[in-house]
Amino acid sequence: MEALMENLMGNVDWLEIGVASWDTLVMVGMSLLFSIIIGLPIGVLLFLFGKRQLLEQPVAYAVLSFVVNVLRSVPFIILLIVMIPFTVMLIGTSLGVAGAIPPLVAGGAPFFARLVETSLREVDRGIIEATQAMGANIRQIIFGALLPEALPGIIAGITVTAITLVSYAAMSGVIGGGGLGDLAIRFGYQRFQTDVMVITVALLVIFVQLLQMAGDRLVLYFSRK
Amino acid sequence: MIVFDQVQKSYQVGGRAIPALHPTSMTIETGEVFGIVGHSGAGKSTLIRLINKLEPATGGRILIDDEDITRYSSADLRAFRRKVGMIFQHFNLLSSKTVADNIAFPMKLAGIYSKPEIRSRVEELLARVSLSEHANKYPSQLSGGQKQRVGIARALACRPTILLCDEATSALDPQTTQSVLKLLADINKELGLTIVLITHEMDVVRRVCDRVAVMDAGRVVEMGPVSKVFLHPQHPTTRDFVFESESVDRDELQEDLQKAEGRILRLTFKGESTYKPLLGSVARQSGVDFSILSGRIDHIKDTPYGQLTLSLVGGDLDVAMRALEAADVHVEVVR
Repeated sequence: MEALMENLMGNVDWLEIGVASWDTLVMVGMSLLFSIIIGLPIGVLLFLFGKRQLLEQPVAYAVLSFVVNVLRSVPFIILLIVMIPFTVMLIGTSLGVAGAIPPLVAGGAPFFARLVETSLREVDRGIIEATQAMGANIRQIIFGALLPEALPGIIAGITVTAITLVSYAAMSGVIGGGGLGDLAIRFGYQRFQTDVMVITVALLVIFVQLLQMAGDRLVLYFSRK
Repeated sequence: MIVFDQVQKSYQVGGRAIPALHPTSMTIETGEVFGIVGHSGAGKSTLIRLINKLEPATGGRILIDDEDITRYSSADLRAFRRKVGMIFQHFNLLSSKTVADNIAFPMKLAGIYSKPEIRSRVEELLARVSLSEHANKYPSQLSGGQKQRVGIARALACRPTILLCDEATSALDPQTTQSVLKLLADINKELGLTIVLITHEMDVVRRVCDRVAVMDAGRVVEMGPVSKVFLHPQHPTTRDFVFESESVDRDELQEDLQKAEGRILRLTFKGESTYKPLLGSVARQSGVDFSILSGRIDHIKDTPYGQLTLSLVGGDLDVAMRALEAADVHVEVVR
């Protein structure tokens, strides 16, 4: 058995795999956190500024929407490179786990913002009207009615964003980002170590599966419809 | 008291102003149940939303207890809205909150009630709408009628003086409609609050309203006490509504009337005279023979009424008519 493992996975350094997995976890976790912190308010504003919504602002909507669209239309691999000077300015390096987080947030936050906007649009207008009729101000409408009603949709959005960030995080290996993607490129691709490639891909698949399952459970838990 | 003074509303559509409500003046008295009936698109939805300014008026003044709400600042408006409850056709409950939390919601928004105050008020309201055992359920677990009762409890939470009902029974089956209407009538009596309700069913008006306004194409075309408007409709739209609610087929009725012999009278009884054995004695006195072409006995709110269409042959018609009028029966000569 051991001989078989040695033959099949001779190049696999399990310690390195463990460190890389942890790095991926940190990159995805941190960038998801910042994507939510930045994307959620942008999504709420996109919704409120939209046509026939509470704070209808055609100009503000157009500007915000344009910025979001620009960030979303740049392929992530290009965004990674374009962001390098900015990342260096922000945290001193564009390499490693820390260096990967700013471009990941730049890719994740606008993506999440759109998902938030969409799930807020799904909230029944009648509920907003009823809340207004109770004398709620705009802050109370957002936190008391809109966000709680849209919560299952927002959680589903977080899940989709997290999974997108897993694949973005793997891509960041190309510019020295660290994590499983970095491992796959340096060992699996550049040194033709197929076994490393297979392991990293398998781990990524498992990671995505776990995220999706956890997300689905949470959505179900918060759905009262 | 709610006073509409030349109130109008129009929407801007592609640079043009489309009128939804032509200048309208009317008064809704404190403590009455006021119905607004009209087909969809008649402007009744707009009219009711002007009262709590969910839609701002584009002209005229709306005075509620002598205060012009069209001039309210947004802070004044929010305080004012707490005194105006509203219920909706599709209930508009928050699906993410339990029944108890839905009822507590307006009190929490108001920010002037303590937690124990909210808790005891919610319990009281749950008992009032007979939903105490459903306090911790979510709206999706309730039937339509139960949802509307939650809506009513929520609307009453901050002790409003006005309750607006936006097609509150239109999504409910007839039996549930009955029980919700009864609840509204009871609340009106117990709490003395003013109820303004809009509906497309004359039957709803007949059951609970004191006065009614009939709307057609953005105008109030007829207004008055329900018994008057319902029993003696003047405007064609009102007649349509009354016929609809009595499920009378107008063509069939015309056919019946054409086949009948002699004079045709429509008698309207109201109150006590509804139950008196009048026709027989009138027939004997005047020697008139009659046959009943159509008839109906029912209630307008709490008052019984009857309406009969008769054809009369032979005898002394004048004597018969005088005898009927003497017995407090309204007589209308159809032919």
